[in-house]
Amino acid sequence: MATANTSRLARTMLVPSVAALFVWMIVPLALTLWYSFQTYNLLNPINSGFAGWTNYYYFLTDPSFFQAFGNTLILTISVLAITVIGGTLLGMLLDQPIFGQGIVRILVISPFFVMPTVAALVWKNMLLDPNYGIFAWITTRFGIAPIPWLESYPLFSVIVIVSWEWLPFATLILLTALQSLDEERKEAAEMDGANFISMFLYIVLPHLARAITVVILIETIFLLSVFAEILVTTSGGPGYASTNIAYLIYHQALLDYDVGGASAGGVIAVILANIVAIFLIRIVGKNLDA
Amino acid sequence: MARAVTPQRKLTFTILAWLVALLIFFPILWTLLTSFKTEGDAILFPPAFLPPHWTLENFFEVQSRSDYFKHFFNSVVIAGGSTLLALLVAVPGAWSMAFSPTRRTKDILMWMLSTKMMPAVGVLVPIYLIFKNLGLLDTLSGLTVILALIDLPIVIWMLYTYFKEIPVDILEASRMDGAVLWKEIVYVLLPMAVPGIASTMLLNIILAWNEAFWTLNLTAAKAAPLTAFIASYSSPEGLFWAKLSAASTLAIAPILLLGWFSQKQLVRGLTFGAVK
Repeated sequence: MATANTSRLARTMLVPSVAALFVWMIVPLALTLWYSFQTYNLLNPINSGFAGWTNYYYFLTDPSFFQAFGNTLILTISVLAITVIGGTLLGMLLDQPIFGQGIVRILVISPFFVMPTVAALVWKNMLLDPNYGIFAWITTRFGIAPIPWLESYPLFSVIVIVSWEWLPFATLILLTALQSLDEERKEAAEMDGANFISMFLYIVLPHLARAITVVILIETIFLLSVFAEILVTTSGGPGYASTNIAYLIYHQALLDYDVGGASAGGVIAVILANIVAIFLIRIVGKNLDA
Repeated sequence: MARAVTPQRKLTFTILAWLVALLIFFPILWTLLTSFKTEGDAILFPPAFLPPHWTLENFFEVQSRSDYFKHFFNSVVIAGGSTLLALLVAVPGAWSMAFSPTRRTKDILMWMLSTKMMPAVGVLVPIYLIFKNLGLLDTLSGLTVILALIDLPIVIWMLYTYFKEIPVDILEASRMDGAVLWKEIVYVLLPMAVPGIASTMLLNIILAWNEAFWTLNLTAAKAAPLTAFIASYSSPEGLFWAKLSAASTLAIAPILLLGWFSQKQLVRGLTFGAVK
């Protein structure tokens, strides 16, 4: 009995959520857009006014932008490749009948619950430190001089740390998807003489397709704006070697106090993220109907 | 009929799985072990796996030197407060969309999800300036509101997928029995909605506890939660690995435990119900 009364009540109940998100989305974004066309530096507040496209021009032609853009792509794509491939393999391994499955599962997913600053600092110090770190110890055992990972391979180090954080997520999602795979279908395929590879290609992979898509797209949202890991390990350096777009904008805003320039960067980051978002929204939308 | 598994095959996979699992877990285990070492033992080379001299001193030091529990408390307030605030706004909204859907419900849900795609750096400047002008920088209330807003889409979505599964037929039955609307909600729907709300709460606390963009940018000494407090150890003023480990262990332990208990809900919440 959906009376006019209850439907009015239902609409009223929806108002706070919609209003909160609407304000949260529109107000800061409009301000970012506004600032991006202004000359506005907190260190020099007198010299201000309309800047036209100057902020965009400087942001987009700065070599550091190209490097940060490239780093963002390398970081995102590498971590996606490592976590999706690793997660699929690990998911399949954990799907096997093994002793102590529950504990193994808990061990594997644990890194996902470690806050980014802890993960980054533990890696930076106790694992990657060239003097006392575990990796230095391992390399010296093999007769190789310790490598100052964060100085010599900063972006690679950040990729390793971020992959460690996200591999558990991919594994957990893909394992959950694997467990819903029909046992009888696998049996039937085995009876027909399917070997491991054809089984993987024709039965497992198609079944995982949706879960893999979801993993890729959700990770992408987070990976495009990796921040804390870079801040506490390399501070974007040496030079701009491990600076991504998120860190570049942070640097411009809160360390250089260049409100106009950072806002132009912010607008560009939003545009880039939206290109990715369009795909995600479509796919999740499709799954909603299913 | 389950497939026959030879003991040999099971053993091989068991060994392989345990090896990989321990490798992945190693950084956490190492942090835990180092937190019980003395500072000298923490930087032994070659490293000592087990602490040569077990000590609890680091845990006391972390508290007495840097007022650890203040930051722990900040984390609790921010994670708990933002979760409650988000639920307060989201429960009626999700309820309305799940039980009285209209033609536009799907579009509204999609739009809410799309707000989650906005990268935080895109709005860092205005939020920072607004906070600065309103005196909200480094305050618990300011950060709580921001975290509630950034998690609101996930909370609404997760609640929506749970509420959707509550059979509406049961309402018809209670109406036949002559129940009025508020009784319907309190006695029939609410008990069925509680598990979903609890799961949502759990996931959101985990996400808010570990959030490390806004917490790092909007707080300083006073309102810093654990994420920001731990980051202060990155300054190279010498090696305090044992203390860093003790602080880290205390910071991640509660959430690790929560996470272990909520694996299923986590999958569902983080994939917006697309993988269950």
